Amino acid sequence: MNKKDILWGLGIALLLALVLSPFASPWPDGLERVAEDKGFLEKGEVAPALSSPVPDYAWPGVKDEKAATASAGILGTLVVFGAGWGLAGLIKKKD
Amino acid sequence: MHIPDGFLTATTWGPAWLVSVVGLGACIRTAAAKLKDKMVPLMGVMSAFVFAAQMLNFPVVGGTSGHLLGGVLAAVMLGPWAGAIVLAVVLVVQCLIFQDGGLTALGANILNMSFIGTLGGYAVFAILKKILGKKLLLAAAAAAAWLSVVLASTACSLELVLSGTAPFNVVFPAMLGVHVLIGIGEAIITTFVLSFVLKVRPDLVEVSHE
Repeated sequence: MNKKDILWGLGIALLLALVLSPFASPWPDGLERVAEDKGFLEKGEVAPALSSPVPDYAWPGVKDEKAATASAGILGTLVVFGAGWGLAGLIKKKD
Repeated sequence: MHIPDGFLTATTWGPAWLVSVVGLGACIRTAAAKLKDKMVPLMGVMSAFVFAAQMLNFPVVGGTSGHLLGGVLAAVMLGPWAGAIVLAVVLVVQCLIFQDGGLTALGANILNMSFIGTLGGYAVFAILKKILGKKLLLAAAAAAAWLSVVLASTACSLELVLSGTAPFNVVFPAMLGVHVLIGIGEAIITTFVLSFVLKVRPDLVEVSHE
């Protein structure tokens, strides 16, 4: 995989996060829907075991909802890109 | 189907954590032996793609949405072990930074999506590929992608039942009913992305040059 492929791949992922994520369906996903319909959604409304810096894919403090989501998407995409590559590099070195 | 904190009891999420840690260790050891140099950055790219794609919820039916799981896609691209690691990386970041999936439930989420969805989904793909032949690789991937979502959601249902959160006869049909539909989206996206990569860079798809 050369530099051009990497940039293309990462670019496509960033574009999805930046451009499409603010327009994703806001409806609950399958598990949330079932939890709501079957009356156990409130069990998940406990204080989370860990408070995350960017809960629910929206930067706290960013008023514009679309910008909050898009920027969270960019952050996450870059973090997993680095983590995935870094971890693969570490695994590779071991052998 | 990221399980939040509170849905599972410790007697369920505890063992699931253990399984996920031991299983990831096994994935790392197995992937290390097979990892080629060019796959190292590709694991970063696949992680980025799966993360971004998982943000793109598509409407399914009646006020319900779904999103790509990406397990079969990652596994067909990278092989099952590296694919499972990619999914785990995505799940860990989603949990730690975005509160998508609880920290207590992280083991269960890795078990469902990274092991059952990705390793299990790949096993289905491998069997179908053998039956259908290489020419129908995309069909095998589509069917495996669909089933991977159904299997992962079934595992999720069982964990909810084990935790006493909902009875089996209530949660299982409901989860199945939604995820057979979400799985169609999974099959379409997986087939679309794979056919695109096979067209532009077939050498990057692990199974195309076994």
